[in-house]
Amino acid sequence: MPGFDFSNHNRNAALHAQGVPLPKATSTGTTIVGCLFDGGVVIAADTRATSGPIVADKNCEKLHYIAPQIWCAGAGTAADTEFTTALISSNLELHSLSTGRKPRVVTCMTLLKQHLFRYQGYIGAYLVVAGVDPTGSHLFTVHAHGSTDKLPYVTMGSGSLAAMSVFESSWKTGIDRDAAVKLCAEAIMAGIFNDLGSGSNVDVCVITADKTTLLRNYIKPNEREKKKRNYKFARGTTAVLNEKIITREQISKYITVHELEDETVTAAAEKMDVDT
Amino acid sequence: MASVFTAPPLADNGPGYSFKQTPTTHISADGTRQHSFYPYTDNGGSTLGISGADFTILAGDTRSTSGYNINSRYVPKLFKIGGEGPEHTGSSIVLSVVGFAADGDALKERLDTVVKMYKYQHGKNMSVAACAQRLSHILYNKRFFPYYVHAILGGLDEEGKGALYSYDPVGSYEREQCRAAGAAASLIMPFLDNQVNYKNQYIPASGYGHDLQPRKAELLPRNTVEELVRDAFDSAVERHIEVGDGLQMMIITKDGIEEVYSPLKKD
Repeated sequence: MPGFDFSNHNRNAALHAQGVPLPKATSTGTTIVGCLFDGGVVIAADTRATSGPIVADKNCEKLHYIAPQIWCAGAGTAADTEFTTALISSNLELHSLSTGRKPRVVTCMTLLKQHLFRYQGYIGAYLVVAGVDPTGSHLFTVHAHGSTDKLPYVTMGSGSLAAMSVFESSWKTGIDRDAAVKLCAEAIMAGIFNDLGSGSNVDVCVITADKTTLLRNYIKPNEREKKKRNYKFARGTTAVLNEKIITREQISKYITVHELEDETVTAAAEKMDVDT
Repeated sequence: MASVFTAPPLADNGPGYSFKQTPTTHISADGTRQHSFYPYTDNGGSTLGISGADFTILAGDTRSTSGYNINSRYVPKLFKIGGEGPEHTGSSIVLSVVGFAADGDALKERLDTVVKMYKYQHGKNMSVAACAQRLSHILYNKRFFPYYVHAILGGLDEEGKGALYSYDPVGSYEREQCRAAGAAASLIMPFLDNQVNYKNQYIPASGYGHDLQPRKAELLPRNTVEELVRDAFDSAVERHIEVGDGLQMMIITKDGIEEVYSPLKKD
């Protein structure tokens, strides 16, 4: 049977009654916005993910792909926005293949709201859906309980009030692409600096009839400054109580060993953002 | 140090780290009503103190928060105690308070009055040791309705050496080399243990296995301490949402108190 498994519900309720707290999910605080313009739509998001008062990720991606011309900004529980958008993206592609037409933004919005309503708000996804399809450019918000809105400019997340204050004071009808991008970035910045749940950088996605442009880290207003001291430890600072050397020949029995091309390459995998 | 009141009370709604303060009415099965409100608020932020051979440095960020909001980007957590008049001219004791800002203000006001009255009555300045013990008594006097703060007191002892005392909300206190308090205390304190007291550091090649000699802690020079404080706060700002905006530092030497302000990230 499809859907969630609720068999642990009674056990969890019993544990909760005994004072065991619920596990903490990441990213309840966020600022996401969207704005229509002549010939397209733009959405933007901050890049901070939190777990309570702790910053879990300083540069996460809150702009999710649904279809080439439909993108989604997500606030709420990180896992829920991630999996809900991925599921709807998959279903929308199958639908598009079966009908042989480009997917429509309303279709995407309807799939999302029906999925979220079925779960009565327990899937904590708060989304801004934007895109361009054969019927034109569209912008929606979808709440976790399943309600939706269709507006020319929208904000969501804990920084929504800060962001909306920018739209309400500066938005005009019939703005062009550049003005819309600037306005959305300004709205996100208002969230970054005035809402503790939002922070770090601004991500923007511009969708027009002929192409989609993802501007990852469009503005980086919060670069960390250089450390005053050097925290490199002298070799031998850590006590070694036990030592065992495993040779390449021995380990090759269990795994495949690749020789790295030069000294500077430390791993074959994707590079990670690390403080220096 | 006693760990009374380290965990915030569990709130029924809202963010778990913030205090509940809205008045509530609970109606039980038999119809009796219980009215209540929570008198404390958590204003976030962090403080830190390190003492050296002939100086003590106290530092704190200047952000004041409530929930996800910023009340102000400049509310100092460091206060000069004693000295002449409202400017505390000639003072050599600093109190830092973090937690519930209103209680912190009330506490600083009380201690300042005590220290000024001491000078008026005895014709000499109060020693840090005496001031430290008096602060402990002020806190314990409110044992069952505590000042909801983590206080750190800094100055110079009677030999002119750096003196630092840290407190829990009900007056348990201890003289220490360094201490971090407030929202990001759990992020900063391990860094200080390692970099000030050289915990978990050994002298390379000084022995084999368990015979390896631990690196001995020494009193750090002033500019090293200032750099450590700056790095500690820059890092706390990166990972804690309630810390930021500005860094206020007070350096107590035989020549008096030097105050330094520098900006921190504002996101």
